[in-house]
Amino acid sequence: MLAEVSGRRHRAGGARTELTQQTRVGETLIRGLVRAQLALALQLSAVVLVGLGGLPWLFAIAPSVGRMTVLGVNLPWLLLAVLSFPFLVAVGWTYVRLAERNEQDFTDLVQRPER
Amino acid sequence: MTNDLVVPAIVAVTLATLGIGFYGLRLARTTSDFLVASRVVSPTWNAAAIGGEYLSAASFLGVAGLILKYGVDVLWYPVGFAAGYLALLLFVAAPLRRSGAFTLPDFCELRLGSRRLRTLATVFVIFIGWLYLVPQLQGAGLTLATLAGSPYPVGALVVAVVVTANVALGGMRAVTFVQAFQYWLKLTALAVPAIFLALQWQADGRPAVTPPDGPTFRTATTVVVEHRAVLTLPDGQSRLVNPGDELTFAAGEPVPEVSGAATSTTDWLLPSTAGSDDRGLFATYSLILATFLGTMGLPHVLVRFYTNPDGAAARRTTLVVLALVGVFYLLPTIYGVLGRIYTPQLLVSGQTDAVVVLLPEAALGAGTTGRLLAALVAAGAFAAFLSTSSGLLTSVAGVISTDVLGRGSVRGFRLATVIAGGVPLILALNVSGLDVSQVVGLAFAVAASSFCPLLVLGIWWRGLTDAGAAAGILVGGGAAVSAVLITVLGPPLSGWPATLTAQPAAWTVPLAFTVMVAVSLATRGRTPADTGRTMLRLHAPDSLRL
Repeated sequence: MLAEVSGRRHRAGGARTELTQQTRVGETLIRGLVRAQLALALQLSAVVLVGLGGLPWLFAIAPSVGRMTVLGVNLPWLLLAVLSFPFLVAVGWTYVRLAERNEQDFTDLVQRPER
Repeated sequence: MTNDLVVPAIVAVTLATLGIGFYGLRLARTTSDFLVASRVVSPTWNAAAIGGEYLSAASFLGVAGLILKYGVDVLWYPVGFAAGYLALLLFVAAPLRRSGAFTLPDFCELRLGSRRLRTLATVFVIFIGWLYLVPQLQGAGLTLATLAGSPYPVGALVVAVVVTANVALGGMRAVTFVQAFQYWLKLTALAVPAIFLALQWQADGRPAVTPPDGPTFRTATTVVVEHRAVLTLPDGQSRLVNPGDELTFAAGEPVPEVSGAATSTTDWLLPSTAGSDDRGLFATYSLILATFLGTMGLPHVLVRFYTNPDGAAARRTTLVVLALVGVFYLLPTIYGVLGRIYTPQLLVSGQTDAVVVLLPEAALGAGTTGRLLAALVAAGAFAAFLSTSSGLLTSVAGVISTDVLGRGSVRGFRLATVIAGGVPLILALNVSGLDVSQVVGLAFAVAASSFCPLLVLGIWWRGLTDAGAAAGILVGGGAAVSAVLITVLGPPLSGWPATLTAQPAAWTVPLAFTVMVAVSLATRGRTPADTGRTMLRLHAPDSLRL
C-alpha cells in the first residue's frame, strides 16, 4: 500500500504531492476543504435548528398555533408525526449533493494539470 | 386471554433468524469475514441492516406506549430517533468511515494516539451497550408475558440465548443479513395491522380520539393494576391503587385520571406552554438534544459504517437509513392515538408499553383476523428485540475481545460474546420495574454527552488533545451516568431535580463540549504531531486515493 502510494506520488506530482508531503500549500488546500464541509454541515444544522428546534418554543409562546387544526388534525401533531420526516430526508439529500460537489471541486483543483 | 398464534409466530421469527445466521456462517471463514463482513455488503442491504438494528424495543413498543400516555410532547422521541441519523450524516459519517476506525476506542487511538483514552472509551462503550441491552430483554419478557401468559423471565432468556448464540457463531456477516431481513419484517408487522386498525376505526363510525368528556371504556373492562398510582374518579374522589388491585369498569364509563399520565384531553393533545410548564419545555429540549446527538455515539451504530467501501458510500447509506427509519416512525403514532380509543385500560394498569401488541385484538376482536394480526405484531416485536440486541452484543463483544481480553481471534470473540450477553441478562432478570423507553432515552443522553463531542471535535477541530477528550468524557459523560444512576436506583425526586436527572442532556452535553474545548486549549502542547496527516485522511475525497 505504501509502495503503491509513493510510486504514484512520483508520477502524479503537483498538488497531490503538496497534499501527501504536507507542505504549506497542501495544508492550506485541505484546510479549505474542511472549512467548506464544516460550513455546509453547520448551515444545514441551522436550518433544522430553526425548522424543528423552533417548534417547542413557538408552541410555548403562541399557544394558539398549537390549537390550529388542518384537516381535523392539530397542527403540532401533523408537523411532528408526519411532516418532520420528509423534511429531515430533504435536508439530508441536500447535504449529500452539496458535500459531493465540494469534494468534486477539490478533486478538480488537485488534479488540474500543472502549467 | 392468551393468543395461541403468538408462540408459533415468535418461534418462526427466531428460527428464521437462526437460519439466516447459519447461512451467513457458511460464508464466514476468516476473522475479517467475521468482524466486518469483508466490506462486500451492498449499500441497500447495509442501509436496511442499519435500520433493522436501530429500531429497538423502544421504537417498536415504547414510542406508541409513550404517545398513548403523554401525547404530543413525546412525539419528539420518534422525530429525534430519526434526526439522529441526520446529525450523523452531517458531521460524522464520511470522515469516520475514512478514518478506518471500527469501534469508538479505535477512533480514540487513531485520532489522538492515547491508550489511556482508549481504555476510558472502552468503559463507556460497555456501559452504554449494557444500559441499552437491559430494556430490550425486559421488553421481550413483557411481550411474552402479556400475549402468551409465560412468566416474565422466559422472554428475556429466549432473546438473550438466541442472540448470544447467533452472534458468537455467525459474527457480523450473518448479522448483516439477519438485520436487513428484520427491518422489513418490523415495517410489515406495524404497517399491515395499522391499515386494518384504520379501517376498523372507519367502520366503527370514526369515534373521537379526544372526546370532550375525556376517554371512556368502549366495553366492560377489568383492569389489573401493575404500577402504584393515584386515580381521580369522575366524581372528584381520588383513590390510591397498588399493583395487583382489580378494578371493574362498565361500558361507556369514563376513564379515571391517572397520576403521571396525561389523561385530560388538553394535556395530551396540546404542547407545553411557557410559564405554566417551564420544566416540560426544558425536558423537551433536553430530549431533542439527547436523541439528535446521541445516535452518533451509540456503539452498535458506529460499527456498521465500517462495512461501507468508502466515505461517499457511507454518506449515501446514511441518507437511505434516514429515509427507511423515517418511514417506520410514521406508524407508532397511529397505535398510540388509536390506543386512546380501544385500550384506555392500559392507562389505568400502567402497562402502556403493551399497547402495540394488545391493540389489534382490542380493536378487531378475538376472531381470526385479530389473532393473526396480534401474532404478526408479536413477531415484529421479537424481531426488534433480536436485531437490536444482536447489534449491541456484536459491538460490546468486539470491544471486550480486543480491549479487555486482548485477543483478536474468533475464539476470543466468542468468549467475549458470552460475557457481553450474560451480564445484561442477569440485570434484566433482577430489575423489572424500569420503563423501556426511558432507559433507552438515558442511554442516548450518555452517548450524546460523551462520544458526540469526542467525534465532532475529533473530526473537525485540529486543536483537540487526548487530555481534553478524556476530561470532557469524564465530566460530561460522568454527569450523565450519575443522572442515570440516580434516576434508576435513587429515591424518587420531584420538581427541578427530577427533571434535571431524568432528562440530563440539556446540561450535560454543553458541559462536555465546554470542558473538552477548555482543557484542550490549556494542554495545547499535547496535540498529536500527525494531526495534519489524520485530517487529510479523514477529509480528502475518496476518489483521490491519497
